[in-house]
Amino acid sequence: MAEGSIPVPGGLGGAEVARPDAHGGTWLETLHSWVVTVDHKKLGVLYVLYALLFLVVGGIEALIIRIQLFFPDNHFVSAETFNRVFTMHGTTMIFFVAMPLVFGFGNYLIPLMLGVRDMAFPRLNAFSFWMSAFGGLLLYYSFIGGVGLQGAGSAPDVGWWAYAPLTARAFSRGHSTDYWALSLIVSGFGSIGAAINFIATAFCMRCKGMTLFRMPLFVWLYVVSSGLVLVAVSPLTAAQVMLTIDRYLGGHFFDTQAGGSAIVWAHFFWIFGHPEVYVLVLPAFAIMNEVVPVFSRKAIFGYPAMVAASVGIGFVSLGVWAHHMFTIGMTSISNAFFVLSTMLVGIPTGIKIFNWIATMWGGKIRYRTPMLFAVGFLVQFLIAGLTGIILSVAPFNWQLHNSYFVIAHFHYVIVGGILFAIFSGIYYWFPKVTGRMLNETLGKWHFWLFVIGFHVCFDVMHIPGILGMPRSIYTYEADRGWTMLNQIVSFGALIQGIAIAILVYNMVHSCLKGREAGPDPWDAWTLEWATPSPPPPYNFATEPLVASRRPLWDLKHPDDPDEPLEEPIGVSQS
Amino acid sequence: MLSAAVVLAAGGAERALALKTDTSIFSPVSTPSSSIYSLSLFVLAIAAGIFVVVGGLIVYTAVRFRQQPNDDDSEPPQIFGSNQIELSWTIIPVLIVVVLFLATARMIFAIQDAPKPAAAVEVTAIGHQFWWEFRYPALHITTANELHIPVSPTGDPRPTFMKLTSADVIHSFWVPRLAGKVDLVPNRINELWMDPHAPGVYVGQCAQFCGVEHAKMLLRVSVDTPDQFAAWVKREQQPGVQDASIAAGRQEFERQACMNCHAIAGTPAHGQFGPDLTHLASRKTIAAGAAENTTENLERWIADPDQIKPGSLMPSMHLTPDQVREITAYLNTLQ
Amino acid sequence: MSTIPMAHASHAVDSDWQLPSRGRVGMLSLILAESAIFVIFVVAYVYNIGKSTYGPQPKVLELPILNTIFLLSSSATIMMAERALVKRAMAAFSAWWGLTIALGAIFLLGTAQEWRKLIVVDHLTISSNLFGTTYYSLVGLHASHVIVGLIMLTAVLIFALTGALKPEHTEKVEVLALYWHFVDAVWVVVFTVVYVIGR
Repeated sequence: MAEGSIPVPGGLGGAEVARPDAHGGTWLETLHSWVVTVDHKKLGVLYVLYALLFLVVGGIEALIIRIQLFFPDNHFVSAETFNRVFTMHGTTMIFFVAMPLVFGFGNYLIPLMLGVRDMAFPRLNAFSFWMSAFGGLLLYYSFIGGVGLQGAGSAPDVGWWAYAPLTARAFSRGHSTDYWALSLIVSGFGSIGAAINFIATAFCMRCKGMTLFRMPLFVWLYVVSSGLVLVAVSPLTAAQVMLTIDRYLGGHFFDTQAGGSAIVWAHFFWIFGHPEVYVLVLPAFAIMNEVVPVFSRKAIFGYPAMVAASVGIGFVSLGVWAHHMFTIGMTSISNAFFVLSTMLVGIPTGIKIFNWIATMWGGKIRYRTPMLFAVGFLVQFLIAGLTGIILSVAPFNWQLHNSYFVIAHFHYVIVGGILFAIFSGIYYWFPKVTGRMLNETLGKWHFWLFVIGFHVCFDVMHIPGILGMPRSIYTYEADRGWTMLNQIVSFGALIQGIAIAILVYNMVHSCLKGREAGPDPWDAWTLEWATPSPPPPYNFATEPLVASRRPLWDLKHPDDPDEPLEEPIGVSQS
Repeated sequence: MLSAAVVLAAGGAERALALKTDTSIFSPVSTPSSSIYSLSLFVLAIAAGIFVVVGGLIVYTAVRFRQQPNDDDSEPPQIFGSNQIELSWTIIPVLIVVVLFLATARMIFAIQDAPKPAAAVEVTAIGHQFWWEFRYPALHITTANELHIPVSPTGDPRPTFMKLTSADVIHSFWVPRLAGKVDLVPNRINELWMDPHAPGVYVGQCAQFCGVEHAKMLLRVSVDTPDQFAAWVKREQQPGVQDASIAAGRQEFERQACMNCHAIAGTPAHGQFGPDLTHLASRKTIAAGAAENTTENLERWIADPDQIKPGSLMPSMHLTPDQVREITAYLNTLQ
Repeated sequence: MSTIPMAHASHAVDSDWQLPSRGRVGMLSLILAESAIFVIFVVAYVYNIGKSTYGPQPKVLELPILNTIFLLSSSATIMMAERALVKRAMAAFSAWWGLTIALGAIFLLGTAQEWRKLIVVDHLTISSNLFGTTYYSLVGLHASHVIVGLIMLTAVLIFALTGALKPEHTEKVEVLALYWHFVDAVWVVVFTVVYVIGR
């Protein structure tokens, strides 16, 4: 990419350049152009649309769960259906909402932020997306294909953690668990491909002058997150292959009746499962690192500390998985070890929160919708982190594990943290992607309704856990004192559903009729805002030259440019 | 958190406000659960402290530094960072982690590695899809779903030490007021102990998703006074009652497939798949707590288990109403 | 469509601005991911050593020393091929490259022979017991990587023989060789775990 004056996007013979845009041509040609595209922007949009579709599906599943739990001994759905719905809800939200949302943002933005024309491997990029998409379809096809010869089946009903030996043929007949395993293997290949692409892009595809320590923090966070995908999603893929060997070839990895081990599955799953949280939350941090400075009108505070903290979180998070297994019967020494490693993650995470506060400190904060969601993220992520520390206290965890307290905690992380950051990112970059602004009034409605619904739902959800309500139960006894709490939680879920509907309407409406955005509506500083909105297929007509971390700041303030910080332009390093 | 506080303060949930319900972890009656309770108060206090300080800082910053209406749109001074500040806000969390870790580690060892006194009652719990089997190896008792243990007053401790395992999938034994949960894992023996200080019935349920009827895998622990416990042990050690008046029911029980899965001591019934029924009539509930142990419920259960617990592994035997009545009458005598 | 005008790179900095090869970085990332997969299979193997209470035991295995020599020497021949390519000696490249493929193929045949003996003589299959499950999975996972490697190596050989492969493709060939070295290195681990520690 470094040599040649106008590199061809994706190295694919310039077909994309010749075609002006998705506009023009019949709808069939438009559809065709989206299906065969290798353009990182189109793939990014596909990832996000695909994720939003599944967000609605997973959200409907959440509402089914909440309706069923509204009354004790409710018969809205059967026990079997309930178990399928919560399994599908968990699997969908993690693998087919959160992951593609994260990959979508990275895909769209990283090449733009690095001032280049595409990802390192555009065709691998398309392959990764379609693998992920196919994985989601495979999972949902289980509703039709899972029934199998034994009459058991339909969608998987083993929980998204799918503890062995409940997944063995003896306990899970039909094909529903096979669809679950296969869909995660397939989408896992997609995730690994996307991660390789992000890493190769960040290291090998930067415009001139963009040294590693001038990269936007956004890209740094994606590098760490992708590294975690490589070492954490692969074990899941391996474990799913073993499960498939067990189920199809009569293997015994997790077959406890033939000496296999249920505990080993739990270890393998959480070796994936815990870093997965960081795979998702680091990109959320990435969005925060762009939104908070721009709307506070200040440079990010402590860039090197932020990079160090991210890398630190990445490494420490690989050694904490068994805090999901404090009740499974580990020795006291192992329990103590995982308590310590888990608590240690709190330190770099705390540093990040402090740095964001310091970035806002002394700024002139503009409360547009992206910033509202960012502040919501800060407060909620703080609480999520604190309940995380509470859960890491192993003896306390023996009480709280698998209770609704845990459910409340990780929804705080994933909804209150990650999803708020994603919403912030959607409002922030929508103008870049579509060329039109999202409606601010609707945005504020979305924000306030979602905040209220979120807190009504997930704050209250901690309490049934403390009162002894386990997770994954399709019904509960009337005399346990959980009824009213569950009703409040369900009510909160409904409010969030309404807020999401507002978002969807806002996106559709603004995409067609929104105010024109122009290239740089937020007066921002990173390279994506130097392109037109939406950017042309080739991104930059000529390759930009960068002298600091905030190239557009330098441009707007020629009298007060950022310090170059390190070696002069042109010195290579990696 | 804020709205949770509001909801709680709003009243109507007085029981919840006190957090002292039958299954509350904040209402402990045994040493492990009490220790966990005091540790949890300490941890919650630290978390609340951090929340107030950092949350307050976020709110202050977010409000204090918002753009003013009369702002001239100039950019604020750009500050890029400070190593001293980074260092200082790294050290404080490190100190908090050290304190929390030491308190936690102490408690882990105190609970998990507690020595077993000679007077301890030993129980082996075996998880089944969707019921509990309890064996008292020293007392030669096998029962199901309702665990009986003696009270353990502080002056004269008689704790119960349990070994936990599973016959099929992973389950988890959780009676919040007595102890933290421990999983029942196939091919593995886990341990748990508790020493309830007050007699009474303590409820809980399976806390690890184990299949269709996970939600109806309920648990009752009856903490008996020493006399009650001794009487219970004595009765449990007897074989099943042989009452001539219900011989027809017993014959039916043995002729149908019932005895393939259920055991009744003193009869040819030695099945192991289902709960031991030798003293079924003395239990308060049937189907692992899914229904009260009444004649009517028992008849419904035998006629069609799915009515009470859809997905339970007990099949409907398609018995005639007469057969159901006879078998129920027989079971009702098994005191 | 308006654009904020950016400074552009001048020719002066062009020559100084060098970035790592994306092929190499991509392959190293893939190798990292693959290593994680192998680690999980190796852990499963080691954890289950001695846990099979019935059926054939690991002592039925014979040390595949010859096979190991073939596979490991293919790492050396592929290096010779790379050197030949750098020197633009295309004939030598094809010869060394072909030899690499032959060595890999012999290794695969050796594994097939070994499996045949285990299945026919010792009655060990993937469903026999834990040993069978873990053994066939781990060795099979490695063998499947050898197969993938051989397919790609063969494609390059065809390009070389038809003259489509040019010296400017050196980097791509080196990236492929990196994968092959990885497959060989994994065999060292598999050999140690399965045939030395586990037997």
